[in-house]
Amino acid sequence: MTHQPLDPEPRAPVSRTLKLALKYGFILFWSAFVVFPFLWALTTSFKDANGVTNGATWLPWLQYQPSTQGWASLFGGPGGTNIVRPYLNSIWVTLGASAVSITLGTLAAYGLSRFTFRFLFFRNADITFFFISQRIMPPIVLAIPFFLMLRALGLLDSLAGLILVYVALLMPIAVWVMVDFFNSIPRGLDEMAWMDGCDPVTTFFRVILPNAVPGLVVAGMFCVIFGWNDFFFAFTLTFTQTQLLPVSIVALNSSVTPWWALSASALVSIAPLVLLAFVVERFLSKGGLAGAVR
Amino acid sequence: MLEIRDLTHAEDGVTHLDHVSARLAPGTLTTILGRTGAGKTSLLRTIAGLLVPDSGEVSLDGKSWSRLPPWKRPTAMVTQQFINYPHLSTLDNVAFPLVRKGARRAAARESARAMLDRVGLSAMVGRRPSELSGGQQQRVAIARALVKQAPVLLLDEPFVNLDYKLREDLREELVDMLRNESGLIVLYASTEPREALSLGDRILLMAEGRLLDDGEPQQVFGAPATIEAARVISDPPINILPLTVGEHVAAGPFGAQDAGDLTRDLAPGEYRLGLRAADLRPGGRHVARVVLSEVSGSETVTHLDLAGFPLVMHEKSVVTHPPGAEIAVDANLARGFIYGADGTLLRREAPHGQD
Repeated sequence: MTHQPLDPEPRAPVSRTLKLALKYGFILFWSAFVVFPFLWALTTSFKDANGVTNGATWLPWLQYQPSTQGWASLFGGPGGTNIVRPYLNSIWVTLGASAVSITLGTLAAYGLSRFTFRFLFFRNADITFFFISQRIMPPIVLAIPFFLMLRALGLLDSLAGLILVYVALLMPIAVWVMVDFFNSIPRGLDEMAWMDGCDPVTTFFRVILPNAVPGLVVAGMFCVIFGWNDFFFAFTLTFTQTQLLPVSIVALNSSVTPWWALSASALVSIAPLVLLAFVVERFLSKGGLAGAVR
Repeated sequence: MLEIRDLTHAEDGVTHLDHVSARLAPGTLTTILGRTGAGKTSLLRTIAGLLVPDSGEVSLDGKSWSRLPPWKRPTAMVTQQFINYPHLSTLDNVAFPLVRKGARRAAARESARAMLDRVGLSAMVGRRPSELSGGQQQRVAIARALVKQAPVLLLDEPFVNLDYKLREDLREELVDMLRNESGLIVLYASTEPREALSLGDRILLMAEGRLLDDGEPQQVFGAPATIEAARVISDPPINILPLTVGEHVAAGPFGAQDAGDLTRDLAPGEYRLGLRAADLRPGGRHVARVVLSEVSGSETVTHLDLAGFPLVMHEKSVVTHPPGAEIAVDANLARGFIYGADGTLLRREAPHGQD
């Protein structure tokens, strides 16, 4: 009697191997797609005028002679502008405006989510739409009224003026995100808090807000990204006293585009957002409300 | 004494409470029995202050609650949904109402720990609600309601979303726990007549926002005041047959000889006869067709068609009646209830016990 030799390890079907190869191939391609611009900016930031005109080179010392000219120009080096002050200004304006927008927007959103407002034919949904509708308008439409208002208030070319304008621009985002988030929190939770002795204000701070952290993080991210990246209002509402980072980066440009300085400034301008993304990532996990109402 | 006076509430043209009044004494467990949409939840929510009535008021020991918001009312509530605070541990969930009342956190946690021990969750104090099973989550909600020691406890179908066995177990546990709470006014909403009859000291029978009947379970079940009340409290459904009293007596498909003394001295006219499913039995001279037969536990409920009249028969044994089969049925009409044209009870031959 003969025995058929047993296959020691069944081979994976070809289609499965192909699927895996395609999957990892795509992941590699996408990673390269995302990482490549950063790598390009990083290498360029360490080049000088000669380095950037010699084609695509990646390896310092071997392919090009590294230079710190680009980075030095960010601190007022030759042909550069000191961006430390604008950088700090941007941080203040972005954080200040985001904090105020999130605070006011969250309170407004809770009201719109939980209470019924009626004025003529306006209802809650209309009010929510009004908040977000100003984002539909092109910025140029808003620029002139903002300019006139800040001038009347004596706040042109000031951090406070910029914060005020950004609050007006960012709060609709906060309201929009948070209304949606609060609507997803069961009203039963509010009512149970009432039954347990919380008035509506205590309910908001003790019960609803702790369960709204993922929403706050999302709204906060939107506000920070918009506030940090805005160029238009920072450019039109400031002159010489107050400058924000995006404006000062543009100011680096001269008759010869300083790619090394622009690359270095691009890297430092996105650094806070990348850092923020890593910090808040853990708050964005799903399932925060699991166990609230079953 | 909790007094509910003439409560009315309507929303979008639908009446949820229609002049509901009741007085509830301390130390009693009152079951509010009614089908879905009967107004049970509305009544509980109105007592809790979560719903503002169009008219009427709730008062405790003579003090009106009309101006008291929910967070100031001495009530505790457990709802159908298992509502807990997802950001707090089981222990802090139960301690929460005590902390809100001003207790020190350590003392509140100690009381919460003792209460969790009573509901059998002492091993789960550090877990979040999302890490508990449905039954455990509802135990946490019950513990949170009981730890407050509020004089009024509102239970809105607390076990309806649990499986059958767990529901039975938790109900028994709850009754045991409530026995130790003297002077508590408990209102328990339910859609299940059996639950209401076994649980409560008293039943408020509701339909379409109206209070149909109010009394002790034996009284409400034994002599349903109206056809509507009979329908709500009967499970399996009660048979309602047209009853003609004249030269001949006819109760639906059943004739005079079946009615016996039931119709004696009754003025000629049209009436309606309520006959419990348990008062129909197999055998006899009437042949009915089986429409549907359901076995539940050790009992069988069979839906029949007898000469065009739909009937329900309840047998306390497991019997197989294939759909479409023809079986002989007999009715004990002497145990029926006679209702007038307006649907109110006119005659009950003998007091009936609970099935």
